[in-house]
Amino acid sequence: MSDNIVEIDNLSFGYKGRLLHKGINMSFARGKVIAIMGGSGSGKTTLLRLIGGQLKPTHGKVLVDGEVVHKQNRHGLYLLRRKMGMLFQFGALFTDLSVYENVAFPIREHTDLPESIVRDLVMMKLNAVGLRGARNLMPTELSGGMARRVALARAIALDPAIIMYDEPFTGLDPISMSVTCNLIRSLNDALGATSILVTHDVKEAFSIADYVYIVANGVVETEGTPDDLRKSELPFVHQFVHGEVDGPVPFHYAAPDYKKDMLRGHDAE
Amino acid sequence: MLSKVSSALRGIGHRLIDRVWRFGSGARFFVYTLIYSGESFRRLHLTIREIYFTGVMSLIIILVSAFFVGMVLALQGYNTLQKYGSSDAIGVLVALSLVRELGPVVTALLFAGRAGTAITAEIGLMKATEQLSAMEMMAVSPIARVVAPRFWAGVISMPLLAAMFSMVGVLGGYLVAVPLIGVDNGAFWSQMQANVDWRVDVVNGVIKSFVFGVACTMIALFEGFDAPPTAEGVSRATTRTVVNSSLAVLGLDFIMTSFMIGA
Repeated sequence: MSDNIVEIDNLSFGYKGRLLHKGINMSFARGKVIAIMGGSGSGKTTLLRLIGGQLKPTHGKVLVDGEVVHKQNRHGLYLLRRKMGMLFQFGALFTDLSVYENVAFPIREHTDLPESIVRDLVMMKLNAVGLRGARNLMPTELSGGMARRVALARAIALDPAIIMYDEPFTGLDPISMSVTCNLIRSLNDALGATSILVTHDVKEAFSIADYVYIVANGVVETEGTPDDLRKSELPFVHQFVHGEVDGPVPFHYAAPDYKKDMLRGHDAE
Repeated sequence: MLSKVSSALRGIGHRLIDRVWRFGSGARFFVYTLIYSGESFRRLHLTIREIYFTGVMSLIIILVSAFFVGMVLALQGYNTLQKYGSSDAIGVLVALSLVRELGPVVTALLFAGRAGTAITAEIGLMKATEQLSAMEMMAVSPIARVVAPRFWAGVISMPLLAAMFSMVGVLGGYLVAVPLIGVDNGAFWSQMQANVDWRVDVVNGVIKSFVFGVACTMIALFEGFDAPPTAEGVSRATTRTVVNSSLAVLGLDFIMTSFMIGA
């Protein structure tokens, strides 16, 4: 058994003639929390979708537990996905099901367990995220942070080997953010899983990640432990980690000369 | 000038290719729905739940419309028939109009507006809020879990709704023709019984409403599934559901009627 549960090998992906990733290599060691970071639009979420087999690479491959994801037929892909749990940016809870039923959903779909055991499992997962008392609420009655915790309970319902998090800290208040941060680390260690964390929140990611990849312009700009990256003198990494306004990533989106643009007037548009 | 013509032609070409592409995607989606139907039959409670939402919840608008359509048919029919001294045939006119045409067609149009739009909006929003992606990532096929139960619910509901439409329409026609206008009660029912044929009228009406059920539900499901995951995308998809379903119903009705009358 390889030490890496997920490997991304020379991966390129693009659509409409534009390459979003240009030869990316990454490996995700078992039992670790690994963060993929980068600015908005750098293709971080797309990487998660490529790992999950929702998209096919243009070149290269993604291996999950030794299997090439995009070469699987539907049955093989679904078997691979049963090893994965994914937390979507805003939870993606089923709005017609209660909190309890949301967490029970994957258990009911993939097992024939009797109702008493389903109940025990759901209660254990909800207890792990601190929401056992909210089991009868509907998703519309939950705050953003609670919804994400329920979605996390659902993602770990079948004890996956890989847990993927898509921007788990977006739009959370400081308390919810700390709670989510601690949960990601503690659940990873308790389940012996591998967590892949896609985010641009440097402070939170660095506080829990064992290893970090920073992607920009379609390539892995740098990688290392959070301590290595804090000390990095690479201009982009320095700008990203310290949140500087100007640097290799300019403040202005590519545009013609300001003076010329203003003098052209409205009619030229 | 030349560049304007060529860009206009290119625009027409793009639109045509886009239509053909969408039609192909729709056909593939239909085939997938049929393939995954087996899985949805195993979870029959999902289909029954959808029959409640699409069929039972559409009952009020269907039955109220049917009642008024029946009453108007009787009024208009009587107005014309009495000129030829055949006002006793009002029962036949009402029943045949409803069973052959208005029952299936008006039910399908109302179904597209009431249940079809709800299906499109629901699935479009499920897509926009990543619920369908979440299902895929949990190794559960959204076509088996979400699409197929709704499809069969629509296909089962439509003929039943059309039958109830015709029934209540006849009742509406009766109330106007017999108690209000004074047409003979016995003539109204006996002429209807003698002239409405089980095979030619009733079965053909059921066949029509079954086909409309397939078309309307499939259009609603595909538009929702194919909608861009934005507020504008879902809104446009909902509009397309009503427009495309209505055109499909009227077009299919003409084709089926030509075959049925010719046969």
